[in-house]
Amino acid sequence: MAAEPFIHLASVAKTYGKGARAHQAISDATFDVMPGELACLVGPSGCGKSTLLKILAGLHPHDAGTVKIGSASVPFDPSRDIGMVFQAPLLLKWRTILDNVLLPAEILGLPAKESRERARALLALVGLAGAEEKRPYELSGGMQQRASIARALVHDPKLVLMDEPFGALDALTREKMNLELLRIWKEAGKTILFVTHGISEAVFLGTRVVVFTAGPARMADDFAIELPHPRTLDLKTHEAFGVYTRRIYKLLGME
Amino acid sequence: MSSLDDRSTRTLTAVASHLALLLVWYLFVKFGNVPKFVMPAPDETVKTLFAGNYNWWTNAAVTATEIFGGYAIALVTGVLLALAFTWSKPLEAAMMPLLVSLNMIPKVALGPLIIVWFKYGVVPNMLIAFSICVFPILLTTVRGLREVEPDLLDLVRTLRGSRWQVFTKIQLPGALPYIFSGMKVAAILAVAGAIVGEFLGSDKGLGYLMLQVQVTLDTAAMFMAVILITLIGMALYGAVLALERALVVPDARVG
Repeated sequence: MAAEPFIHLASVAKTYGKGARAHQAISDATFDVMPGELACLVGPSGCGKSTLLKILAGLHPHDAGTVKIGSASVPFDPSRDIGMVFQAPLLLKWRTILDNVLLPAEILGLPAKESRERARALLALVGLAGAEEKRPYELSGGMQQRASIARALVHDPKLVLMDEPFGALDALTREKMNLELLRIWKEAGKTILFVTHGISEAVFLGTRVVVFTAGPARMADDFAIELPHPRTLDLKTHEAFGVYTRRIYKLLGME
Repeated sequence: MSSLDDRSTRTLTAVASHLALLLVWYLFVKFGNVPKFVMPAPDETVKTLFAGNYNWWTNAAVTATEIFGGYAIALVTGVLLALAFTWSKPLEAAMMPLLVSLNMIPKVALGPLIIVWFKYGVVPNMLIAFSICVFPILLTTVRGLREVEPDLLDLVRTLRGSRWQVFTKIQLPGALPYIFSGMKVAAILAVAGAIVGEFLGSDKGLGYLMLQVQVTLDTAAMFMAVILITLIGMALYGAVLALERALVVPDARVG
């Protein structure tokens, strides 16, 4: 019995500008994401992966095709079911970490007491227990990014959109954050769309990888990553891991 | 603990450098055979405070009223105008270039005009102080209100946050460090503005007193007047710094 997909995209296209200056940002993006999947969108700069994330977030309209989020069994409310994580943590400098995490709850007008409890629990989940009353400048870049992940989860959204969240971190912190993200994803049980240009990062994290190419921007492939969970760094030396990454390199014309 | 030691060492060093300047001044006058009408010694300067006919306290109160009054009007006007500009794009488009042009007028040159329009006294001098210090406050506030991370706005938009929420939760607290950097510049300018006003036309105030005693080459009283003007300026600047310390987290402070 095939369950209904949580995200269904069919022939989605988006063009910026008009006439001779028109610039195709996405063409023919077609893929499904099941509830609870961690789908990685991978590709070079300018391939439209970030644009697609903005379309899914409801920030940009698309020109053609179908975008459907939610299903009969997993309903989706676009005004409160999206959590966002960006490349920069974008924490408010004047707020404590706890108050930063609470920002979405405040905007949605969620009950303060429950939200605070939830925020504390989430800070513990992302490994920041004890940092509630600290200010962002007292935390390292990686810790700030953990706080921004907690912020993306505080209003209990069904979908978390991550736009190169570890792109600004050093390589070691990034590996560590990848493992942390897998743990958080397992525990929080969210559907995550993760945009990256790190090929091995995409294979390591993803239950599914959607590959985009640039110039012209188009979707090149979409396949499931059938590697065991929970994933450890050992996996990167696995033969299957190499097969997947090679497949993506090939699609991106780098082999 | 080490930061506390650090701070007390720095305070001591600062006090020592001020005392050293006094000492150099004293030695220079005493052993350099400097005539009293060119440069009085520190003790002779302070003695004028207790001589009867200068009306120090009245004159200092008048100057302080002009400085603080002009500064307060500039602060309210500057911040309110900047707020109006962020709420109305057409207003900003029309007014900002005009204000940038007006800012190029040397405000001191307006002094004689203001005196023609408002006669001489406390109010016109307050207006000169106002005209000279409103621009830095206005321009830095406009700049601060503009400095919002686009991604942060996207985050609020995905939650259907209102413009008011963006303003109160992100824009205004984010602009505070900029407002304070303008306020600090303005504090120095307000003092200059009030004194120029008194030079141009007035019958009270420390600037007025300086012109009176200049005629009799009473340099000691001129020195004392300069010192009192400086102390009033330091009181204003200190108040702004204290307020900044209370409202802005260390990491966010500008300039």
